[in-house]
Amino acid sequence: MGEQLTSQKRFKGLETDLSEADLKKIYRAMLVTRLFDTKSMNLQRQGRIGFYVPCSGQEAAQIGSAFALRPDDWTFPTYRDVGVAVLRGVEISKLFAHLMGNSDDEMLGKQMPSHWGYKEVNFVSVASPIATHLPVATGVAMAMKLEKTGTVVVAYHGDGATSEGEFHAAYNFAGVYKAPIVFICENNGWAISVPVARQTVSETLAAKAEAYGFEGVRIDGNDVLTVYEATKKAVEKARSGGGPTMIECLTYRMGPHSTSDDPSRYRTREEFELWQRRDPVERLRRTLVEAGLWDDSAEVKLRSEIEGEITRAIEKEEKVAMPSPRTMFEGVYSTELKSLSEQRENSVLDKVSKE
Amino acid sequence: MPTINIVQAVNQALREEMRRDDRIVVLGEDVGKDGGVFRATEGLYDEFGEDRVMDTPLAEAGIIGTAIGMAIYGLNPIPEIQFLDFIYPAFDQIVTNLAKLRYRSGGQYSCHLVVRAPYGGGIKGGHYHSQSSEAYFTHTAGLKVVIPATPYDTKGLLLSSIRDPDPIIFLEPKRIYRAVKGEVPDGEFTVPIGKARVAREGSDVSIFAYGAMLHVAMQAAEAAKAKNGVECEVIDLRTLVPLDTDAIIASVQKTGRVVIVHEAPKTSGFGAEISAQIAERAIEYLKGPILRVTGYDTPFPYTLEEYYLPSVPRVQAAIEKIMQY
Ligand SMILES: Cc1ncc(C[n+]2csc(CCOP(=O)(O)OP(=O)(O)O)c2C)c(N)n1
Ligand SMILES: [Mg+2]
Repeated sequence: MGEQLTSQKRFKGLETDLSEADLKKIYRAMLVTRLFDTKSMNLQRQGRIGFYVPCSGQEAAQIGSAFALRPDDWTFPTYRDVGVAVLRGVEISKLFAHLMGNSDDEMLGKQMPSHWGYKEVNFVSVASPIATHLPVATGVAMAMKLEKTGTVVVAYHGDGATSEGEFHAAYNFAGVYKAPIVFICENNGWAISVPVARQTVSETLAAKAEAYGFEGVRIDGNDVLTVYEATKKAVEKARSGGGPTMIECLTYRMGPHSTSDDPSRYRTREEFELWQRRDPVERLRRTLVEAGLWDDSAEVKLRSEIEGEITRAIEKEEKVAMPSPRTMFEGVYSTELKSLSEQRENSVLDKVSKE
Repeated sequence: MPTINIVQAVNQALREEMRRDDRIVVLGEDVGKDGGVFRATEGLYDEFGEDRVMDTPLAEAGIIGTAIGMAIYGLNPIPEIQFLDFIYPAFDQIVTNLAKLRYRSGGQYSCHLVVRAPYGGGIKGGHYHSQSSEAYFTHTAGLKVVIPATPYDTKGLLLSSIRDPDPIIFLEPKRIYRAVKGEVPDGEFTVPIGKARVAREGSDVSIFAYGAMLHVAMQAAEAAKAKNGVECEVIDLRTLVPLDTDAIIASVQKTGRVVIVHEAPKTSGFGAEISAQIAERAIEYLKGPILRVTGYDTPFPYTLEEYYLPSVPRVQAAIEKIMQY
């Protein structure tokens, strides 16, 4: 880890300047994310949603970093960043609406599950092709700088993403234009079946930032407080004109790459078990207990509260109708083209549905 | 003869040809240990080792660019792009280098490789796991574009492609990777590139299709016969470049009625090229307008994909319409 992070010791064994309320807010978001994730995997297995990209194991990197932001800062997530959405305040029912692709879905059922986007919380819509969001994120940061808004961008990406050309273009532009951006690299060790050692022979991914002339730090990405501190520092630097930072969060995806993946084909049980012992949610829980801020009864209460919320959200969203076939033609352009109106009018949508 | 599916046919063609030709190198994301996300390269890593079956870094420009380099030096690389939707980082390499190397060097250099990519919708993959973007490649001189629809053709066309001296974009219909099965001989056989196949004979309407849509066209043809006694001729184009215009014209001369089916969007889709060829060469045989049943001019939708994709009722509606002429 780079420089010593400054923080105070206000709770027993716990170095942080966060308040008790902050710590509990972070823990709640982590637990919401974990329980949402577990439930979503089950919904897919039961055929109630089509697909899902799990995030269990990466909650600290996602939530610790997002907690360091102001509401008017922007985030560019990946498909895996449920924790960022949760922390930014997206309602759980909206997340389920998206996974179901129903009429409540902010994406209007147009995108595959886990391809979120919530403008109300500056959480920019996801595209599957890896790293394509990174130059765009840098561009938003460049615009913020030109407009002197004092806001910053946090762009998330995986370890695999560091191999794509667009990663390099984004980092280089960020460096050249001293853009107010923080890159959070969630190095979970794997890009589907490819281990990070096969992705690059650089000793660290953080070294890649150094190559573009800005600071790259590697941290324990499963310790939410470390992630928060590092991001806070990087965000403050970006806000005050100091340019970009990359934070490489060492973490692990405890589940499969997606519901289409079978990780037992390429990684070992031992590795999984090792990282299970570093489970970021459990780690924060233990820390809070040791600091005297949390106990079993608080845990039981919170869990049942969140589980209730999740159950109610699913019940609500499963009743919502799917978008009508005609909506497929909407939203391609600002105003519909004549050719597309014709295609809609000539379509035999009613016949298809009778099939 | 053994009955196998399309993904097994891909696997078999690769395996057999790799045993015959040790210049073949398979490379791509997750193609090694994992055997490919669709299992098309299953077992190749174990049999041929990591030098010939390479799990590459996540960079399509790197995959195709280095494959081109290996090909120039005399290897026989077969890169896989995990989904056709992810080929765009490599588009520059494909358009700039792969397609033009022979021409730009006055024939001094050439580049013989097969880019394999699963394409098309029907798997609930949303915008980025469903697109049918063959027209970008058919519009690029120097590339051949091959799209099989059956296990037999998959193996035969893949073997022909691997032995062809030109660069080939080989698009595999992932929707029917496992759903369509058929008899495929073990061992060597080829299906020629540039020859369409009459998948069903008929005298009333010609339906032109390729890839997954061939099967939709076939079902619609059977439904039209059952319902109205209409006999459709279904032509499986098999390769878009080079296009078997002789087969297309021969069928149009016979039926005088045309329905073209593809899942790509209508505007500038490959159907436009087929229509133009027919208009230029056989317009006098047409009894009515050329009809296209295609994806719509929208990005590929998620929830509504069954409405977006050409379906049997949509093709049937076109058959009924053209039979009024
Ligand atoms: C351009 C592109 N190529 C390939 C893929 C297929 N793919 C999806 S996720 C993935 C691995 C991504 O790994 P990483 O960046 O480490 O993120 P993680 O999934 O581990 O969070 C691949 C290869 C893709 N989505 N986009
Ligand atoms: Mg990863």
